[in-house]
Amino acid sequence: MLRHRAARKLLPLAVVAAALVPLALLFPGAGSWPAPLAVDLSGPLGRAGDWIIDNRDSHPLFLYFFGHVSNAVVICVRAVYSVLLAAGWLGVTAFAGLLAWRLAGLRLALTCVASFVACGLLGMWVPTLQTLALMAVAVGAAVVVGALLGLAAGLSARADRALRPVLDTMQVLPAFAYLLPMVLVFGIGVPAAVLATVVYAAPPMARLTALGLREADAGVLEASASLGATGRQRLFTARLPLARRQLLLGVNQAIMTGLSMAVIASVIGAGGLGDRVYQALASVDVGAALAAGIPIVLLAVVLDRTADAAGNRLGASTPGPARERSLLRRVFAGWYGRLLTVLAAVAAAVAGRIAGAALWPDSWLVPIAEPVNRAVAWMTAHLYTGVPVIGGTADWAARFTGWILDPMRTGLQAAPWWLLLLLAGALALLVGTWRTALTAVLALAAIGVLGVWEPSLDTLSQVLAAVAVTLVLGFAISLVAARSARAQRLLRPVLDVCQTMPQFVYLIPVVALFGVGRAPAAAAAIVYALPAVIRITTQGLGEVNPAAVESARSLGATRSQLLRQVQLPLARPALLLAVNQAVVLVLAVVIIGGLVGGGALGYDVVLGLAQGDLATGLVAGASIVCLGLLLDRVTQPAKEA
Amino acid sequence: MPARHPGTGRTRTVAAALAAGTALAVLTGCGAADMTRQSSPYAAARGAKTVTLSVQSWVGAQANTAVASYLLEHELGYRVDTVQVDEVPAWDALSQGRVDAILEDWGHPEQEKRYVTDKKTVTPGGDLGVTGHIGWFVPTYFAERHPDVTDWKNLDRYADQLRTPESRGKGQLMDGSPSYVTNDKALVRNLDLDYEVVFAGSEAAQITQIKQFAKEGKPFLTYWYKPQWLFERVPMTEVKLPEYQQGCDADPEKVACGYPHTPLRKYLNTRFAESGGKAAAFLKKFHWTVEEQNEVSLMIAEEKLPPEQAAEKWVERNRAVWEPWTG
Repeated sequence: MLRHRAARKLLPLAVVAAALVPLALLFPGAGSWPAPLAVDLSGPLGRAGDWIIDNRDSHPLFLYFFGHVSNAVVICVRAVYSVLLAAGWLGVTAFAGLLAWRLAGLRLALTCVASFVACGLLGMWVPTLQTLALMAVAVGAAVVVGALLGLAAGLSARADRALRPVLDTMQVLPAFAYLLPMVLVFGIGVPAAVLATVVYAAPPMARLTALGLREADAGVLEASASLGATGRQRLFTARLPLARRQLLLGVNQAIMTGLSMAVIASVIGAGGLGDRVYQALASVDVGAALAAGIPIVLLAVVLDRTADAAGNRLGASTPGPARERSLLRRVFAGWYGRLLTVLAAVAAAVAGRIAGAALWPDSWLVPIAEPVNRAVAWMTAHLYTGVPVIGGTADWAARFTGWILDPMRTGLQAAPWWLLLLLAGALALLVGTWRTALTAVLALAAIGVLGVWEPSLDTLSQVLAAVAVTLVLGFAISLVAARSARAQRLLRPVLDVCQTMPQFVYLIPVVALFGVGRAPAAAAAIVYALPAVIRITTQGLGEVNPAAVESARSLGATRSQLLRQVQLPLARPALLLAVNQAVVLVLAVVIIGGLVGGGALGYDVVLGLAQGDLATGLVAGASIVCLGLLLDRVTQPAKEA
Repeated sequence: MPARHPGTGRTRTVAAALAAGTALAVLTGCGAADMTRQSSPYAAARGAKTVTLSVQSWVGAQANTAVASYLLEHELGYRVDTVQVDEVPAWDALSQGRVDAILEDWGHPEQEKRYVTDKKTVTPGGDLGVTGHIGWFVPTYFAERHPDVTDWKNLDRYADQLRTPESRGKGQLMDGSPSYVTNDKALVRNLDLDYEVVFAGSEAAQITQIKQFAKEGKPFLTYWYKPQWLFERVPMTEVKLPEYQQGCDADPEKVACGYPHTPLRKYLNTRFAESGGKAAAFLKKFHWTVEEQNEVSLMIAEEKLPPEQAAEKWVERNRAVWEPWTG
């Protein structure tokens, strides 16, 4: 059935291809994008950059708008930071612990306190506060902006149609690519970082808000309308409360994307933990980078789990006071509980101040940098070359580059441009509708028009190779994990760490293992994308209808038959989603791979940032967006098909 | 669909926008916002006078900043913030007052003209005392085996030995961070060399790769610069390029000469230079030698001391050097 449909859709394309392929053979030189079809933007973009720099101190647009925005951001971040500093480490830790306890229970409260203590022990207290302050402001703004956009999209179909492509673009856009315009307008530092984070973290909030509003139970709405509620009353008394789970999930997503962006924004001088990671990278100090990376992971895990637990609690029916088990929890319930939480935290802060412990005591530090560096040195000394039978990591890198990356790049760059357009269209048509195909073809064509055809195909070859490896590894691991709950439990913390550890931390070890070039970029991308693939696939396999599995088993299917004929087909949507996520995540890291010799578009983005070169940076950024759209479209799980 | 009241809706939106605008204006102080007075929100949070220094990605720049910060904090009673940022954006940040000083600039004529001469938002802060030089280098163990490799005319003969998976069948000339001053692509083209410029993308990646090559005793050719602590660990010999002459690098497309020797300079934000008090005076006097800088750099990069501790050690040992700066 499915095959028939695909064949019917592909038929016209096949006819066109049949007519064009002989042409391709006749004109073998038609490899790269034709120059007359390209537009050189370096002139106007360069002038725009110069105009901004020359007028930034005097033009009313900056004096009366951007300047105020920038100042407001600075004032807000400073206010939060000052409060955190004034609370001292005792106050902050106590407040975080109590809040986690109220929202998510005792176990998370203990995790939370332990995490904050760990940040202190690693010598990262002040940077942690800076990151927290920046995050609080950025995520707060992102939630407000996202909720407003989501409200518009959820209430009006027209707004939804208008917003969808914008949100799509914002989401496939690798964060690294759009720091440059922010820097140009706001200069380096906190304001640019906060605004970049807002732009990056708002889309998931907007999407989930819209989803929540749209999914609100029609019966309840009908009932409230029949009671004579006005539109606004219905919104506030029925639709929004019904959507609160989605809203909270949105907040959670905003926090996570915001945190990852806060780290990347260190490249433009955002300060905080990300800056420590980045500075450690400069002196090739993996240990120090890890010491700053761990607090980021801890913050992410604590924030994620707390928001998650809070969401679950809200989703469940609110338990009455009688069902509260412990006395302490009863004391902390309700509005006076909230007050009590704040008061307890203030008491802790005051106690800390009286004891003279506002800053983390210098003597309470656990130096982890040195042992980590020794471990990394050992690894690179023993694994780089000359490992018997399997060869060293340098040999793998050389083989990966020579046998996979090079042929793919050569193939893509030598293929006629219209054949690639056709291929993109065909693939998109196969998984989606003609509309998807059109988007994919236009995205690829835009890359050509922007004049970065060759580097983009280089990047594409890296993405495809890394995605292939990610999927093979990811599916293999998931097959094992899906069979054993124990393996899943063991995997979870590892996946958490891989997913939330800032990608900068990987960059030096991968160079030490794989040398400079495209191979280390691919390796870093694989490490980053693997957890998402494993998670989604394991969940997909786990959710396969047990009745189907059981009946197949009772019919005498072997394990491999079971897997091939029942589990994998049933988990198909999950597998497709995994492919889609792998593509988007790999693309994001391959771009950062410009920092370790990945070249192509990633290098252009880094160059644009480093040299303040708007033309190179923006064009590369735009083509990354196009590449992202293309890859996203041709791997989008088929919904409308 | 909720009932719509276009009139009231619009009024409300306008009112909300007005309110937001007013709030913003009140929050930031009415009137024009000065984009040339932008400081970090983390600065002066504890009520101390704060100086913000920019750090570039190479370790020499870290050494300057570490020692300057240590002395500012412990001798002059300032609080120091550091911001890691690439060279060109650092100039921009300097003109906006986001950072107060750059301590090691390798020559950016375009930025100097824009900010020092035209806008006057940046003021020269004198020489650092160190002279910088960019060039092409091969490891000394390789140069000793093949002495003629140190002239660019003979480089093609060694292209085979310098091939890597990334160099597309030619020899590899490894370049570093895209933020560095380099003419290498044009040089390879104009000198007609059988080499491919491979950008490591960051100094960290380049150093890691050089060390890895050195550990195995493999030959390599790299863009590198002096002063640099890595020479103490991996001795390297410079390859002679056609000699630099004033103006021979004027047209970036036609460059066919090596790189100049550049006295490294300091630059201060103009407003800070005028009213920065002791801190500004100190930063103007800050002046040391290659050996002194390398001593600190090595402690940071090789012994993996935090920059602050490295600076502390150096300051303890070299009182005579820095005392004139703080006086």
